Amino acid sequence: MKVAKRTFDAVIVGAGGAGMRAAVTLAESGLKTAVISKVFPTRSHTVAAQGGVSASLGNSEPDHWTWHMYDTVKGSDWLGDQDAIEFMCKQAPQVVVELEHYGMPFDRTDEGKIYQRPFGGHMSNFGEKPVRRACAAADRTGHAMLHALYQRNVRANTQFFVEWLALDLLRAADGRVLGVIAMEMETGEITVFQAKATLFATGGAGRIYYSSTNAFINTGDGVGMAARAGIPLEDMEFWQFHPTGVAGAGVLITEGVRGEGGILRNASGERFMERYAPNAKDLASRDVVSRAMVTEINEGRGCGTAKDHVLLDITHLDADVINKRLPGIREISIQFAGADPIKTPIPVVPTCHYQMGGIPTNYRGEVVAHGEAVAGFYAAGECACASVHGANRLGTNSLLDLLVFGKSSGESMIEFIRGEGAALPEIPQGEIDKALARVNRLDTQKNGADVHETRLAMQRTMQAHAGVFRFKDMLAQGVDKILDIEKQVLQTEIKDKSKTWNTARTEALELENLIEVAKATMISANARTESRGAHVRDDAPDTPEHPNGRDDANWLKHSLWYREGNRLEYKPVNLKPLTVESVALKTRAY
Amino acid sequence: MTSRTVKFKIYRYDPDKDAAPYMQDISVELDPSDRKLLDALVKIKALDDSMSYRRSCREGVCGSDAMNINGKNGLACLTDIDSLPQPITLRPLPGLPVIRDLIVDMTQFFKQYHSIKPYVVNNSPAPEMERLQTPEEREELNGLYECILCACCSTSCPSFWWNPDKFVGPAGLLAAYRFIADTRDEATNERLDNLEDPYRLFRCHTIMNCVDVCPKHLNPTKAIGKIKELMLSRTV
Repeated sequence: MKVAKRTFDAVIVGAGGAGMRAAVTLAESGLKTAVISKVFPTRSHTVAAQGGVSASLGNSEPDHWTWHMYDTVKGSDWLGDQDAIEFMCKQAPQVVVELEHYGMPFDRTDEGKIYQRPFGGHMSNFGEKPVRRACAAADRTGHAMLHALYQRNVRANTQFFVEWLALDLLRAADGRVLGVIAMEMETGEITVFQAKATLFATGGAGRIYYSSTNAFINTGDGVGMAARAGIPLEDMEFWQFHPTGVAGAGVLITEGVRGEGGILRNASGERFMERYAPNAKDLASRDVVSRAMVTEINEGRGCGTAKDHVLLDITHLDADVINKRLPGIREISIQFAGADPIKTPIPVVPTCHYQMGGIPTNYRGEVVAHGEAVAGFYAAGECACASVHGANRLGTNSLLDLLVFGKSSGESMIEFIRGEGAALPEIPQGEIDKALARVNRLDTQKNGADVHETRLAMQRTMQAHAGVFRFKDMLAQGVDKILDIEKQVLQTEIKDKSKTWNTARTEALELENLIEVAKATMISANARTESRGAHVRDDAPDTPEHPNGRDDANWLKHSLWYREGNRLEYKPVNLKPLTVESVALKTRAY
Repeated sequence: MTSRTVKFKIYRYDPDKDAAPYMQDISVELDPSDRKLLDALVKIKALDDSMSYRRSCREGVCGSDAMNINGKNGLACLTDIDSLPQPITLRPLPGLPVIRDLIVDMTQFFKQYHSIKPYVVNNSPAPEMERLQTPEEREELNGLYECILCACCSTSCPSFWWNPDKFVGPAGLLAAYRFIADTRDEATNERLDNLEDPYRLFRCHTIMNCVDVCPKHLNPTKAIGKIKELMLSRTV
């Protein structure tokens, strides 16, 4: 089959916050840049972020980037790389101000500055007391940000390929990345996008779980493509369960609700977080709050007839505050929980929310494999692992990650394109044929597995075997189950054979990406026999020798999963920041 | 809610195999947890994988799953199934070319959005920190910036149906006013010039279908009225 070819300086896959921030930098530099997205840019999942983007602007009270850095390292349970964390926290005020200059409609303080609210794990003076660091546009910060970034790209004349599904990464024999192969969803036509530099900004894969705050489109396409192209995946055992998904529906309720004064209560109305985190209480780190909630439910103090959730209570707040600062939450609660939070608490339950791991990069956005940068390949945002979030991400650091690493990867790409990347090697035909074979199989597969059923089986397995609390035996069984389900995934059959906007085909191809993420997660989680951050297992309990079950002597290291042979390797955590002193290892308590 | 069978009539068209569009009768068994119309569409697609529609966030913020539901535009993810008389009739958004089933070609809609220069224009040297804006000035953007570009409004507007190439339409005009109302934007005059035309702005006849259907409860007609006022006040 002959495929068309288009040539660019830079190709970006994904038009969420990270991809569009990188696109601004690249397009404004005058380089020929293409952004490929399977949805119209403003439909990317950044749009659903609610509470804020962190930056130590200090608009309402003193703050400092070193405090932000300390909170991020502590939040990561010391698994985050401190060079990348320093870079991100130091850059934060600048990228947030740039975004304001792009037109982002931040809320304002009385002095006219960007409004900031408290958030989980944000503290002043190295963990002392809560600080207002989350820069917010009501509870629609992600929406406001994504639209502002799209608008800036319209101004910069960025070339978008909207509703194109990237199929695979293309590499030369020596490993250099040469672009991607992608399919136009409207026509089914396949085109090679050859580029001097390629950025993956494809977002997370929260849809590997049954109950997720994530959009349908969060299928880990970049992560799956990278794995198929021989790139290892880093720290995939670490998944954030957000404390407050609407019970039953999974839709996100921002931590900003607790930032504005919301309180979690169990069946007897008790503010139970006082027992688990006496200092930070409801604003402890997300992993800590989620575990406290599940413990309450498991011990019979859950709410409702099935005692399967807890309540998020803001009935004590002024209706004016709710309408002004949390209007979207009120709407979501009425829509999906049938509860108006002005009068009735919101039923909530921990829900899969964020992938801390991903494609290994450094803080310049360069993808790193086997200890060195992969020429021509960059990743940023949730699909990447810089690693700034380590074992648990702080709320609002995701939007910051998009801005900082979207920008830095754009800058690194410019440098590469103008230097050694100027040459454009031929793409080996075999690389193209591999992608075509995956698409062609779907045209001819007989007696195969059903996409919907197979995906459900994967999601239920992940939910049951790799949830908020993990169990040795369940993890081992989970590995076998996921490897079994993979066999089904590789022989799915679709009935719809149309070339035009074939969403059955899209979903089958997305499932092939999801399963790579599921395997990496289950296998890495099974192997890590300690508890750290969001990864907590029954055979690594809290002991005096290993507080919180963390085992720094053996496990202060990043996991690297290779698709080939499901092999695991490990690499050390970088405890050395760029300019300041290392944040020393400590037991984590809030 | 309980398990129940729900009846649908759904617009189907696949240009690869259908000579013409047709309405398909479908009954689907729903679980108690299936609350929104999008839940039902997911169930229908599990039974017939050729059923084509766009969807993403499932919480009313991405704007993907706009469609015509029992004659009125709305988002499938925010519409309660049990609030709708059956059979529930689903059609693609009116006035735009249909690509397949419930998927329309939105090129014209976005072209109009782009035509209003949807970005803050400010050529003053950027300050080191944020450009200041009082809470009251910022409040002027409420009811404007929340648009999700779902196109429910523009595709319910008879003026847009008639002149999709000349009339900006409610979504685009709401965005135009969002930038006019922003104290950081310096291009109000150029923006008004850009709309001074028998069609671009003035084809709005305040029919207010846009207000009626907006899933985010925004009011494009009011924004259009404000642009018209500004247009008038600068001519007198």
